[in-house]
Amino acid sequence: MALDQIVDGLSEVSCDVLVIGGGTAGPMAALKAKLRNPKADVVLLEKANVKRSGAISMGMDGLNNAVIPGYATPEQYTKEITIANDGIVDQKAVYKYAQNCYKIVEELDSFGIRFLKNENGDFAVKKVHHIGTYVLPMPNGDTVKKALYRQLRRARILISNRYMATRLLKSGDGRVAGAISVNTRTAEILVIKAKAVVLCMGAAGRLGLPTSGYMFGTYENAANSGDGYAMAYHAGAALANLECYQINPLIKDYNGPACAYVAGPFGAFTANNEGSRFIECDYWSGQMMLEFYNELLSGKGPVFLQLKHLHEKTIEEIESTLHKVERPTRGLFQHGRGVDYRQESIEMHISEIGLCSGHSASGVFVDDNARTTVPGLYAAGDMASVPHNYMLGAFTNGSVAGTDAMEFADSHDFAHFDAADVALERERVLAPTTREDGIPPNQIEYKTRRLVNDYLQPPKVTRKYELGMRRLAEVREDMTQRMIARNAHELLRALEVQSIMDCADMAAHASLFREESRWGLYHWRTDFPEKDNENWFCHTLLSNQDGRMTSAKRAVEPYIVPIADDEKDLYDKQRVRASV
Amino acid sequence: MPLASYQTSVPVVVDDAKCIADKGCTVCVDVCPLDVLRISDMTGKAYMAYDECWYCMPCEADCPTGAVTVNIPYLLR
Repeated sequence: MALDQIVDGLSEVSCDVLVIGGGTAGPMAALKAKLRNPKADVVLLEKANVKRSGAISMGMDGLNNAVIPGYATPEQYTKEITIANDGIVDQKAVYKYAQNCYKIVEELDSFGIRFLKNENGDFAVKKVHHIGTYVLPMPNGDTVKKALYRQLRRARILISNRYMATRLLKSGDGRVAGAISVNTRTAEILVIKAKAVVLCMGAAGRLGLPTSGYMFGTYENAANSGDGYAMAYHAGAALANLECYQINPLIKDYNGPACAYVAGPFGAFTANNEGSRFIECDYWSGQMMLEFYNELLSGKGPVFLQLKHLHEKTIEEIESTLHKVERPTRGLFQHGRGVDYRQESIEMHISEIGLCSGHSASGVFVDDNARTTVPGLYAAGDMASVPHNYMLGAFTNGSVAGTDAMEFADSHDFAHFDAADVALERERVLAPTTREDGIPPNQIEYKTRRLVNDYLQPPKVTRKYELGMRRLAEVREDMTQRMIARNAHELLRALEVQSIMDCADMAAHASLFREESRWGLYHWRTDFPEKDNENWFCHTLLSNQDGRMTSAKRAVEPYIVPIADDEKDLYDKQRVRASV
Repeated sequence: MPLASYQTSVPVVVDDAKCIADKGCTVCVDVCPLDVLRISDMTGKAYMAYDECWYCMPCEADCPTGAVTVNIPYLLR
């Protein structure tokens, strides 16, 4: 049978813990769940292939937020992230991460992923953040996925590749009961009953359209179409602070990191067209991005990452990292343009918008045990609400989620779902394959994402948002009634665009709800240009209430690490002051 | 509405002389995060069937015979 040909099929399996998403958090969640109860069945479901899926498909150049004893303390880290995220942080989860992440570093080290050490054998941690020191380079970071895969095989995790989860199943009393998925190459439906489910499905990274116009030239792995955000929403879970978009400073057109975290500690810096520094710190915060945006628009752009003043040996070292790990085609791209870091600076631009807690704060709301608001449902990594958690956060919080999920599974039996829910979902999933004529998914997707750029990209203007939501509703109507998929691969794209549309709607809804400006460029509302701590020092939680998208305020939990008044605005002072 | 197909130059290129897909290898098809590679019914060799590339490189890095080359997609080159 030829690949992509649609096959009629429905099967059902069951397991104790189902982990959806085999990128970064997912493999760790699956491992820890299995470790917690080696007799239990753990299924790891992946839309692509666990060997090479997710944000770290080709590895990672370093840990951006490692709390290593001797360099930083959990208290310092919690304080820094609280300030960087404009105070809207439930510190308990961040603090727990900061306490646990060193153990995970040691564990990754034991998997064979090595970290940079100095001549004394200590971890060689570098400073990139505004206040503390948390960046640990990974000289063989290209091996991360392989090392993880070895562990999964050894632990006998049941891996199902090329299945895209589409909806969660729930029992009448609101507990998670499993998930429905579809094979991306045959369109066969697979129902997975589970006692607990962990969502590790990555960012909503295919939301805005990159300026190159190439739909898959996104900052995030383009497979990360926000399926987890959409699934959590439809299951009734709350999503936190979706208005806090992800927008990053990237290599223009290439749309990958340049990357200041790698080059900065060696003395590289972000400069304007005059060759001058204009930001105090290269750490990705909304406040920094606002200055970056302002510089681009001020006429002082383009903005560059400047390396050419560095020693040849240093440039060689930076180059070998940038061209080998994370986005290795960076080398090919620069070579194609004739850019030699020794002669020329790297032209930068700002990315399309996305939702990703890895760098900002928007995600499915979780507590410090990675529990969502739906019993038995967990979330970790880029799609869960622990802010600025990066790769090490995905590993650490994935570990927390897997362990807690197995404890939940051990003390609960299967929840019962209604068979009619499966039939309805099957009908919804396959609808685009039943039409003779219609609009292909790529056109629905292009139009949706073009509207996201036109109307939702900051600065956020109320009137533009209202117009954008009207236009998106029209495209949604086309998507629901007229979209056509002629084979299983097109069906995969057709399902992804439904996630993208849901994320666009949620991003718009959440942005209109928060009537203030916060997080620099991420939530800059021209109609409410000031930060309003009196009314909006809170989380916003978005959820599906009886079919209606609803937002509500939720108080920030009392801090466990106090922030002094003169520290609160440290990240607001990103612009380099003119020297007197 | 009738559908038309339009031309696009694809970034991933496979050297048919080196590709061993006709001997049963499916490595590049297996690892691609976007699932855009297929084995041709006509030649038995791997090729890029869908222009939906993240230029991420697992196909090139994992190919056992060095048959796969990832180029930067033209629009952002």
